[in-house]
Amino acid sequence: MTGARRTGLLGVACLLGAWLTAAAAAAPKPQGTAPGDFGPPQGEPIHAQLTSPPFVPPPIHRNHPAKVIVELEVREVEREISEGVTYTFWTFGGTTPGSFIRVRQGDTVEFHLKNYPDNKMPHNIDLHGVTGPGGGAASSFTAPGHESQFTFKALNQGIYVYHCATAPVGMHIANGMYGLMLVEPPAGMQPVDHEYYVMQGDFYTVGKYRERGHQEFDMQRAIDERPTYVLFNGSEGSLVGEHALKARVGDHVRLFVGNGGPNLVSSFHVIGAIFDRVRYEGGLHEQENVQTTLIPAGGAAIVEFHVRVPGSYVLVDHSILRAFNKGALAILKAEGAEDKSIYSGKELDSVYLGDKAANLAAVSEARAAEASGTLTKAQQIKAGESRFTGTCSVCHQANGEGLPNVFPPLARSDFLMADKQRAIGIVLNGLTGKVTVNGNVFNSVMPPMSQLNDDELANILTFVRNSWGNSGEAVSADEVKQIRASTRRPEGAAH
Amino acid sequence: MLLRVAMLGAGLAWAGAAAAGEGNPFLPVAGAEFHSALPSGRQDKVLVRGFLLQRHPVTNAEFLAFVSAHREWQRGSAPRILADADYLGHWSGPLELGSHAAAAQPVTRVSWFAAQAYCEAQQARLPTWYEWELAAAASGTQRDARSDPAWRQQILDWYARPAGEGLAAIEQAAANVYGLHDIHGVVWEWVLDFDSLLPADADPERFCGSGAQNLQEKENYAVLMRIALLGSLRAADTGHAIGFRCARNVEATP
Repeated sequence: MTGARRTGLLGVACLLGAWLTAAAAAAPKPQGTAPGDFGPPQGEPIHAQLTSPPFVPPPIHRNHPAKVIVELEVREVEREISEGVTYTFWTFGGTTPGSFIRVRQGDTVEFHLKNYPDNKMPHNIDLHGVTGPGGGAASSFTAPGHESQFTFKALNQGIYVYHCATAPVGMHIANGMYGLMLVEPPAGMQPVDHEYYVMQGDFYTVGKYRERGHQEFDMQRAIDERPTYVLFNGSEGSLVGEHALKARVGDHVRLFVGNGGPNLVSSFHVIGAIFDRVRYEGGLHEQENVQTTLIPAGGAAIVEFHVRVPGSYVLVDHSILRAFNKGALAILKAEGAEDKSIYSGKELDSVYLGDKAANLAAVSEARAAEASGTLTKAQQIKAGESRFTGTCSVCHQANGEGLPNVFPPLARSDFLMADKQRAIGIVLNGLTGKVTVNGNVFNSVMPPMSQLNDDELANILTFVRNSWGNSGEAVSADEVKQIRASTRRPEGAAH
Repeated sequence: MLLRVAMLGAGLAWAGAAAAGEGNPFLPVAGAEFHSALPSGRQDKVLVRGFLLQRHPVTNAEFLAFVSAHREWQRGSAPRILADADYLGHWSGPLELGSHAAAAQPVTRVSWFAAQAYCEAQQARLPTWYEWELAAAASGTQRDARSDPAWRQQILDWYARPAGEGLAAIEQAAANVYGLHDIHGVVWEWVLDFDSLLPADADPERFCGSGAQNLQEKENYAVLMRIALLGSLRAADTGHAIGFRCARNVEATP
């Protein structure tokens, strides 16, 4: 942003409401036929700084329209969609969602779309912030190893989705080809402490949720609108654990939230926060004190809130099974001093966050060890504990004691330890009806957990058979595999 | 594409032994009336006459033999208007394959002009889209397997992998009912009329809307993606994953 200079106060009416900075420059007068046309670009062309999610390029402090050059490269890349599950993403800039583009209203944008030579597919781009046929798609159809160029004037301010629009459009979008472009108002936006970029998308794989290995796109599921995954920023792990968004108590946070679809509409909500302001659908008007805001597929919103007390704030699609069973969950972690006058200080229930918030390092370590044939019982126990938390602990409790008359205990359980094969079968296939555990009769239902993989189940069982006073031999993935193959079950239940 | 007419003529006039060698013979594909996946606006049931198609995509070794005999098609000699800057760019030299181009891999980074010139030298031509599509609709057991989900998924699985992982050698997978190998799963292939599959002002075909229309027959969308790829190319373009094989008219065979 060389040569950018702030001009003095001109004290013009705040047409753009709170989105103008207090020290804003005058709203420029339109010069062309369109309201957002502030005339020809001035100064040297600027190369736009693009950022990967969840980061947003810095605010533009510029008082004149410029020529901005955007260079976006399409890459087809294989990466994790969930722990141990890979998927081939088609991306703008190497990530899903694609690189964040930030320009100023009235800027003339020279857009270069590059299709990496090793890609297999032709691609193009439809920017919702472009006025003109196809939003650029008509001018950007590009074969692998080629580059297209077109130029547009950013006439309308706001937050806009862009996406690939090459046939079959639904497949290109479902593979992750979408992102956001912010067209700042001429006088800029109110400074905040953090700006983050979060974008939801639905994904359709041949294999089930969390089924290990490389998963292919499933067109039929996409047509049926039955996603396997609903995700923020293209991966279950993208915004949790060490990758969680960060803020401090007192911070003013602005989220640019998009929804790439291809199918679902998002009910975007942050557990534990109320949005001070929402520019719903990315438009100019704002709503205040919003709990949940609807973000259409191919749409976006700007939401702002203040962090008042420390803790983990959970971003979800409040169509809530998507959050807890399909991955639409992210964390904003706020540090700072408690304010007991606002909130007593008890943090979110760890069981509620479930395994998504857990550190999965132990699971990864066990998986690597298993692959290299060096898996130890201790590693299995550690990995099993991570998976137990949030899955099994919901009923059997974190201490393995269960709940009297409702959920049988696992701690010092005669029933559990009596028969290893039976235990494997129960976890895989579920159990309904009377059982006697440590002399107490339970008559309840345990759903099948067959959605978990052989190694996950082996680790969980090894953990419970060696915790809370239990002591037994390890359970191997092969044992689980054998019982899975030789028994029948309903389709895997969720936790 | 003025050249096209001339090439068709060349194909018809062909007589005598092939230079392609026994390694990549021309196999018969019986004619058929056929539902094409081409977008509406063109007739969707077409009559394809019987023709001959090479058993596998032309390999690096086969193309090396061609450029050895046709200096004008060597890298560095072929004019840019007929083959772009990346023409045979993975070969280590104009007459040397090197470590990035195995003899048995399909040749890629060849333009439409170069592919057509190669076929012409074999007294052949590139297949038309309809011919290629007819041959490509087959599985190992059926002439038209396009409604078989397993067949379709196999194609899509290939699409789902970027091309950068290195091409497979030819004939690693089973042949289809015609004895043809690698129609799907290794490279894209040039066709004679690649530039007229989509209307010249291809707006509706190239972006929003076309997907939805064409996906009414969802078994077609795997094929549609190939049309989209071909539609994105110009005749001098080359690509890391586009190769070709040649065709001949039946009556031209001895």
